[in-house]
Amino acid sequence: MKKRGLKGKAKEREGIVTVKILISHPMEPGTRKDKITGKLIPAHFIEEVTCKIADKTVYTAYFAGAIAKNPFISFKTKDAARGGLIEAAWKDNQGEFGKTEFVIK
Amino acid sequence: MIIKRRIVLKGVLAAFAAGSALLASAGAYSAWPKAAFSSKTQTDILQSLYGDIEAVPSGKIKIKTPDVAENGASVPVNISTEIADVESISIVVPNNPLPLAGLFEHGGGILGYVSTRIKMGKTGDVIAVVKSNGRLYTAKKTVKVTLGGCGG
Repeated sequence: MKKRGLKGKAKEREGIVTVKILISHPMEPGTRKDKITGKLIPAHFIEEVTCKIADKTVYTAYFAGAIAKNPFISFKTKDAARGGLIEAAWKDNQGEFGKTEFVIK
Repeated sequence: MIIKRRIVLKGVLAAFAAGSALLASAGAYSAWPKAAFSSKTQTDILQSLYGDIEAVPSGKIKIKTPDVAENGASVPVNISTEIADVESISIVVPNNPLPLAGLFEHGGGILGYVSTRIKMGKTGDVIAVVKSNGRLYTAKKTVKVTLGGCGG
């Protein structure tokens, strides 16, 4: 199994925390054909990304294969403060998953 | 004796009902909405995600994308809205084989904003659907794609 990276960053400015998440993942939609064999490449994409702040799920993103390769998402919250811990986790349609933690700067 | 047994039975039944209700709500929250993601039209997607709520076009939603995307495999999309209490934002690309690209569910304190990168098969609209206080608002923007990103 290829190792997948999950990077997260969160910055506070004037009371608003901007969270950015980047995951290394091929995001195969299942509609593309292999150029050599002509067969469909099986779908392999992240279905769900969840974000917890202070142990509470505050953000859930559901993806289709139409989210670009190495997906990036960003959201903003006003219910978080500098120094707080954010937990981000993802799982894909083939059962792979990953998670990380990062501190709001 | 009979009365006592009845009370115990009632208690057991009540506990069971409460437990299964809890399980049902937890299940609904964590499930990937498969039906919506495999729907092929915008109407079916909205029906599947939100039921019979009519989506109203709104000028309060801003969609930022390039006007011309050179590479359809990665089109930056940035949606922001002044609408308060946003519960969810979804991105629909009607010209893609499976139009629903993503659904973003907001918990408390999350602002009406999302930024991501999507794939677009060909030139067409990017539609944002914002849910707030049980109502749906939409906005759209046309993006010209010079090289498609969905293969096929």
